[in-house]
Amino acid sequence: MASAPEPTYAAPALAADDIEAYLAQHQRKSLLRFITCGSVDDGKSTLIGRLLYDSRMIFDDQLAALKADSKRIGTQGEQLDFALLVDGLAAEREQGITIDVAYRFFATDRRKFIVADTPGHEQYTRNMVTGASTADLAVILIDARKGVLTQTRRHSYLAHLLGIRHLVLAVNKMDLAGYDRNVYEAILADYRRFADGIGITQFVPIPVSGLAGDNITALSAATPWYRGPSLMEHLETVELDIDGAQRGPFRMPVQWVNRPNADFRGVCGLISGGRIRPNDAVRVAPSGRLSKVARIVAQGGDLEEAVAGQSVTITFADDIDCSRGDVLSIADAPPEVADQFEAAIVWMADEELLPGRPYWLKLATQTVTATVHSPKYQINVNTMEHLAAKTLGLNAIGVVNLSTDKPLVFEPYATSRDLGGFILIDKLSHATVAAGLLHFALRRSQNVHWQALDIDRDAHARLKHQRPRLLWFTGLSGAGKSSIANLVQKKLYALGKHSFLLDGDNVRHGLNKDLGFTDADRVENIRRIGEVSRLMTDAGLIVLTAFISPFRAERRMVRDMSPPGEFIEIYVETPLAVAEARDVKGLYKKARAGELKHFTGIDSPYEPPEHAEIRVNTEEISAEAAADLIVAYVLRDMHESASSADGCGAGV
Amino acid sequence: MVSLTHLQRLESESIHIMREVIAESERPVMLYSVGKDSAVMLHLARKAFYPSAPPFPLLHVDTTWKFRAMYEMRDRMARESGMELIVHRNPEALARGINPFEHGSLHTDLWKTEGLKQALGRFGFDAAFGGARRDEEKSRAKERIFSFRSANQRWDPKSQRPELWHLYNTRKAKGESIRVFPLSNWTELDIWQYIHLESIPIVPLYFAASRPTVQRDGLLLMVDDERFVLHPGEVPTMRSIRFRTLGCYPLTGAIESSAATLPQIIREMLLTTTSERQGRAIDHDQTSSMEQKKQEGYF
Repeated sequence: MASAPEPTYAAPALAADDIEAYLAQHQRKSLLRFITCGSVDDGKSTLIGRLLYDSRMIFDDQLAALKADSKRIGTQGEQLDFALLVDGLAAEREQGITIDVAYRFFATDRRKFIVADTPGHEQYTRNMVTGASTADLAVILIDARKGVLTQTRRHSYLAHLLGIRHLVLAVNKMDLAGYDRNVYEAILADYRRFADGIGITQFVPIPVSGLAGDNITALSAATPWYRGPSLMEHLETVELDIDGAQRGPFRMPVQWVNRPNADFRGVCGLISGGRIRPNDAVRVAPSGRLSKVARIVAQGGDLEEAVAGQSVTITFADDIDCSRGDVLSIADAPPEVADQFEAAIVWMADEELLPGRPYWLKLATQTVTATVHSPKYQINVNTMEHLAAKTLGLNAIGVVNLSTDKPLVFEPYATSRDLGGFILIDKLSHATVAAGLLHFALRRSQNVHWQALDIDRDAHARLKHQRPRLLWFTGLSGAGKSSIANLVQKKLYALGKHSFLLDGDNVRHGLNKDLGFTDADRVENIRRIGEVSRLMTDAGLIVLTAFISPFRAERRMVRDMSPPGEFIEIYVETPLAVAEARDVKGLYKKARAGELKHFTGIDSPYEPPEHAEIRVNTEEISAEAAADLIVAYVLRDMHESASSADGCGAGV
Repeated sequence: MVSLTHLQRLESESIHIMREVIAESERPVMLYSVGKDSAVMLHLARKAFYPSAPPFPLLHVDTTWKFRAMYEMRDRMARESGMELIVHRNPEALARGINPFEHGSLHTDLWKTEGLKQALGRFGFDAAFGGARRDEEKSRAKERIFSFRSANQRWDPKSQRPELWHLYNTRKAKGESIRVFPLSNWTELDIWQYIHLESIPIVPLYFAASRPTVQRDGLLLMVDDERFVLHPGEVPTMRSIRFRTLGCYPLTGAIESSAATLPQIIREMLLTTTSERQGRAIDHDQTSSMEQKKQEGYF
């Protein structure tokens, strides 16, 4: 390992002497992405500033600004405060901390580097996970005077979780620890014990001083007992993930189909694994169709081969069906396809995970709807303990089962970051709420098949001379949902229509008696009601439901579960003050007294519908009038869809 | 094994980003400022969608004060790429005759910041490619590749989405838009190397030549047309100059140089000791001025 300290920055000299030779050399550089993890006091920003400084990435005007800033707000007295080079946003500078992921760039003669600078505070797990997701290597900083701390374990665990294969343990501030070998060895032994315990099999320890520059670019005379490599030497030579990915089977998630005219049809994507040549046999997942590569098209002329990490355009030998969301693979080793998974989830939003709520799931170029079930356990990132959990809050990491509404083409995260890593997106706020790592498919999803029924829903409904409908009443407690729904049911009955009313009494006491009133339970409550309603509409019934159902997302979920046009949302609108004044069941009084928790309108939100099909205001009209209005709407609606379904306008 | 070079990796990443935007947005546009970064971005777009022309228009937010050579290059590139070119000039700034000589920072506010907002709103673009790079300035180091703007085009550093792997969440509410920076991970040196390697056409002003200049407020300005208001005692002098960045000619400082080829420019860049943005008058007010401009909607 030991090598003579070589200055790796011949760049300016060569550039001056022979710029053509310099360019020829530098155009061949590879690219390494890494992250630095450590807390404010570990000297992380100083280390990065040092790397930038030592690789001549600091210009005179920046250096002048740095000198001025060092005097004004620096923490190093008369010395240069390298940390000021990398601390970015104004507000953060004033607070003296970095609060987000920042990307820095430097280059040596051999490589270009992109550094993700991620903060070490506990509440910022999300930032570190973000930075780690694209990194080939992680530098874990330890203050030599403090040794292995809780945050060291946390950073190491997260780096390992995100699949970073190369870990560097930078034992920093060796200058303040007297360059003492015993100090270094003790920290090493301590870390090794911990690393073994969580499955980290390899790491490279290096004693450094970011401030003094020891073992950063060259081996330091102050640590004669350390034989190398220097930090920079290691960064310049470690194997890149993208090179390793070339050894795997060919994989390319299809991003876009390029079709300028009838004669050309190419599929575009970024190759995530393996290599491809014209005439290679390929398979399209999930359809399983086979084809052969005709050309790898590029502007400067077709390519003879393309490898992992390249964005390409591929044409096929035949007219195979292939579009965005499909994954192209080598014919004899296709990726898996499934719709139920175990996965690790890192929650990234203030609003906590709601098991049962549908989220968008984006994996490579596929976007589907996914439902996360209650976590199996949460992981304490400081102790690695498994804790029981019903949900996940900001920065929590848990292991969950999840199901998707359509099959996903995937590989386990440990095999492929591109086909195993996904994000969850909130359907209303559009925020990225979680990052996920697929572990494996749950086999049961492949063994439960739908039974095709001879008597279908239309047949059931025809027999009853009606169309299935789901009348979904929503509104505050005491708004009058049940009263109106009852009246509607009576009127429908009188008209010879078959209906069924689901309300708190017949659902909460039976099917859902295991559920309480937390947000998570409310979501599950509505999901079950939605499923039961679905079975009943399949039987041809007009189903009426009378539940507060306070969240838009769940009402939309039930709407999405229903065939188009079947779900009719009825907003029973009553101001909170009016509902509270009525207080038929005395619930508001209890809630105000603090005896009832999570009561809608009091300490739990109600999200009014934005596009309800019917809106009735119980201050303006009586329950009787409201029921007439609803019945009229339903009759007209059933009639119209019957006419259009019959394909003739008779009777309209 | 074929090891990809850093430029091949950057190229592939940028192309991937552009294709993702085209696949997932309704009305994308490319902000084209005619500078070297725009030149690289346009080149990448043509590669990404070849043999199709890039499926979006180019938008030039014009101030009427760009160098003449920039207008020539703009029209030439639009012609060659087969893309629609939309030129927007803020009608209010035009009516009020806003110019960099009399109006100071109002010039940038009205022509550029307001002009850009107007253009994006008027055409209903929901995704706009920009050529900004993270290495340009400290506050940009933290900007996402996909940067979300509220319905009034503001940038909120606190509510940006985390970007993991190669996954970009492009979903947005009506009225919201995304600025996308496909060159985020390129450095100035990468840009020059790539221009050299791919023979990408750039505005001749980047190469040294003898041009009429005056020294003013620490900047070396080029007298590009007769609208240049000379101060008493100022006489344009011919100097061998070139530009490291291009903008409105009365606001863009040149450097004295004899670098007339790309290798010479790169050589000079490697040996030079001042950072790129120093030639722009806009940054000099205070340390965090770029960040403030960004929050207000400046690109």
